[in-house]
Amino acid sequence: MKGLLSFKNGVHPPENKDITAGIASRRLPFPDEVVLPLSQHIGTPAKSLVQAGDHVERGDVIAEASGFISSAVHATASGTITSIELWPHPGGTMVPSIRIAVDPYSTQLQRPRIVPRWEDVPEEDLSKEIARAGIVGLGGAAFPSHVKLNPPKDQPVELLLLNGCECEPYLTSDHRTMLEQPEKVYLGIRIALKALGISQAVIGIEANKPDAIAMMRNTAPEDLDVTIQPLQVKYPQGAEKMLIKAVTGREVPPGALPAKVGTLVQNVATAANVATVFETGQPLIERIITVTGRGIRQPGNWVIPFGTRLRDVIRHCGGLNEDAAEIVFGGPMMGLGQANLDVPILKATGGILVLSRDECKQQEIMPCIRCGKCLDACPIFLNPQLMGALAKAGRYEEMVTDAHLNDCMLCGCCSYVCPSNIPLSQLFTMSRTQLKKLAAS
Amino acid sequence: MTDSIVKLTASPHVRSDDSTVKIMWSVVLSLLPVIAASIWFFGPSAFFVLLASTAGCLVTERLFGSHRGSLADGSAMITGLLLGLTLPPGFPLWMAFLGGVFGMAFGKIIFGGLGQNIFNPALVGRAFLQAAFPVAITTWPAKSGQWWSLQGDNFALPFMSPVVDTATAATPLGHLKFGDDSVVTPVIDLFLGTTGGSLGETSALLILLGGIYLAYRGHLNWHIPLSIFVTTFAVSGLFFALGISQFPPLFMLFSGGMMLGAFYMATDMVTSPLSNKGCWLFGFGIGFLVVIIRIWGGLPEGMMYAILLMNALVPFINRATQPRPFGSVSKKQEEAPK
Repeated sequence: MKGLLSFKNGVHPPENKDITAGIASRRLPFPDEVVLPLSQHIGTPAKSLVQAGDHVERGDVIAEASGFISSAVHATASGTITSIELWPHPGGTMVPSIRIAVDPYSTQLQRPRIVPRWEDVPEEDLSKEIARAGIVGLGGAAFPSHVKLNPPKDQPVELLLLNGCECEPYLTSDHRTMLEQPEKVYLGIRIALKALGISQAVIGIEANKPDAIAMMRNTAPEDLDVTIQPLQVKYPQGAEKMLIKAVTGREVPPGALPAKVGTLVQNVATAANVATVFETGQPLIERIITVTGRGIRQPGNWVIPFGTRLRDVIRHCGGLNEDAAEIVFGGPMMGLGQANLDVPILKATGGILVLSRDECKQQEIMPCIRCGKCLDACPIFLNPQLMGALAKAGRYEEMVTDAHLNDCMLCGCCSYVCPSNIPLSQLFTMSRTQLKKLAAS
Repeated sequence: MTDSIVKLTASPHVRSDDSTVKIMWSVVLSLLPVIAASIWFFGPSAFFVLLASTAGCLVTERLFGSHRGSLADGSAMITGLLLGLTLPPGFPLWMAFLGGVFGMAFGKIIFGGLGQNIFNPALVGRAFLQAAFPVAITTWPAKSGQWWSLQGDNFALPFMSPVVDTATAATPLGHLKFGDDSVVTPVIDLFLGTTGGSLGETSALLILLGGIYLAYRGHLNWHIPLSIFVTTFAVSGLFFALGISQFPPLFMLFSGGMMLGAFYMATDMVTSPLSNKGCWLFGFGIGFLVVIIRIWGGLPEGMMYAILLMNALVPFINRATQPRPFGSVSKKQEEAPK
C-alpha cells in the first residue's frame, strides 16, 4: 500500500467495507410516506411551491431554490401532499418539510423529461439545468453543484478531480456506483468538463477498491482526457483538500476554494447522478445508499428515494439486531448520530450505519498524557492537544486566534487516535457553537 | 415512544484500540527483561530495591492520586520501576522507598496528577535521592560472594549511615572519569551488561529490545532516542577526536544511564514535546547536555540532569514548534516580494 499517492498524516481505521462491498444495489420498495425537508443542502432553504391537498407526480418540482446558493426539491414519489410542517431532520433540528402520502396505486413511472438532453444545452446553460434538477454534492456536504460549476472568474479551474476515495469506513455506495454505472460516471465527467470549459479530469480511487479501479480503466472512453489514480487507503482522503493534495501535491490555503489551486472536486456519485438526470430527463430524486453495520439484519446497497423515513429503511432491511446500539447517517468518522426513526433520507445521505454495541464501545476518558498522537493524525497540521485544553478551559476565542479552530474540518482523526479517549473533535464542534452564541449575543 | 435509541453521540463513532492504560502497561511489560537481568546480575538486592521504590510510588499514588483508578493506569508502577532501575543494587531500602514517595508526590501529584507534570517523576525522585544521600547513591559494591548474598547494606535502618563492608567498585563511567588509569571498559561488556552500575542501566541490549518493541507498538516516539544517540555520538565523537575528552563515542552511548534514559525516561509522553520536530530538538538538547556534563561536570553521569533540564524547556519547545496549518504560508514567504 505504501508508495501510492496520498496526503500527510490521517488515520486508517478498520475498513469494514466487506459487509456490503460485494452486494449489488437493488431498489427499495416505495414507502407509504416520504418527507422532504426544504433544506437538504448547504445554503438558503428552498421555498415551497405546493400546499396540503395537492397531488404531485414523481419528479414534480415542489420547492424552488431561493437565491443562488440554494437547491430545488422534487417529489420523489407520486402522491398527495398531506402537510408542510416542522419535522425532525437528521441534523438534529426540526425543519419545515413537505410530507407526501405516497399513492399506493401509482406506477411511479418516469414522466416526460423536464431536463433537456445535455447535447442540446449550450455550455453556459448547463449549470442552470443542473440547478433546476436540484443536484447537490452527494459526498456528504450537499453543496449545490451549480454553484461549484461556476468558479470565481479570477480563479480559473483547469483540472476536474473525481472523488472515488470513499475513505469513510463501512460505506460502499460510491464503490457500487463505480462498479455498476461506470458509463454514467464518465458521462457526468463529460458534462462537468463541458460546463467548466476544460478538458482534463483525474479520478482518485483508494487502492482498497481494485475492482472499481479496473472497471473505470476498462470503460474509460478514448476521447476523454481522464486518468485513473489509485491512492493509498487513508482517512480523510475524500476531503477536498486532502484529495487535491494527494493527486496534485497542491495545498488549498485556509478559507480558500479548490479553484484557488485550479481544481474542482466532484464526487463520483454526483457525476453519475448528473448523468442520470440528463439521460432520463428526471431531476435528482434517488440514489444508492449503503445500509450497513453489525447492528442491521440485512446490510446492503439500496436505491432509495429521498424522503424515505429511517424507520422504513430499517424495516426493509430486516430490522435491527439485538445488540444494535447506535444509528448513524453517513460513515462512522463524520456521520451524524440519529435519535429519531422518523428522520428522512436526504440527498447527501450516502450511508445508514447501525453500529452494534461492540463496534462503538464507550471507553473511559483519561487525562491527556501529551503523547502527541493527535498532532501526527491531524491532516491539516493543527495542534488538537492545545485546542482541546483551551476548549476545556472555555477559552474559545484563543482557539481561533492561536490554534486555527476555523481551519479544522472536524474529520475526527484526533478523537479517533486519542489513547485517553478525549472527545477532541466533539469539543471543537461545541466550541464553534459557543462562539456563534457569543457572536450573536 | 419505543423509538429511543440506546446511544447518541457526536462523531467520530469509532475509536482506535489504543488506550493510555494499554500504553502504560506495555511499558511495564517491556521492562520485565531489564528487571529480570538486574536480578540475574545483582541477586536479591535488585529485587528488594525495585520493590521498595515501586511500593513508595504506589502507596503515594493510592493516598493522594488525583483521579479514580489512578493505580490501575499503570503510570505509578512505571515510575517506581524506573526509579528503582536507576539505583545502585546495595541502596538502602528505606531510601528507595522515600525516593518513590518524593518522586510521586513532588514530581507528579503536586502538579495535578497524570498528564500534568513537567518533570519526569522517576527522575525527580532520583534527583532528590542524589541530593539527600550523595554517598549511598554513588556506592556500587563490588560483586562478591554467592548470587543470593545481598549487595551492600540494603537493610540499613532509616537515618543510620549504611555500612559498606564490602569493597566498592567504580562504574565504567566513574572508572574512566576519576580512575587513576583511565580504563575504557570494552563496549561489548557495556552492551551485554556484565559491568557494575545501577540496576537497570547495565544491559544496553535488553533496553534496546524493549525500546524497539515499544516503538513498534507506537507507544514510544522513536525520534527522541534516535536524536539523543545521534547527538551524543556526534558531539562526543568531535570532542574525542579533538583530544578534549577521554570518552570514546561508542562508550558514551552504551555506558551509564544513556540507554535507559533515552528509551524510557526522555520518551515519557507527558514530559516530552508534542510534535516530532519538537522531539528532535528535545533529543538534541539531551544528547548535548549529557556529553557536556559527563566531560566537565562534577558527576560521572549526566543523563538525569540532562533530561530534567530539557523537561523544563518542553513548553517552550512546544510553542516554538507549532505545526504550520495546511495550505498556509509562513510569514517569511508572505513577506517575500512576489
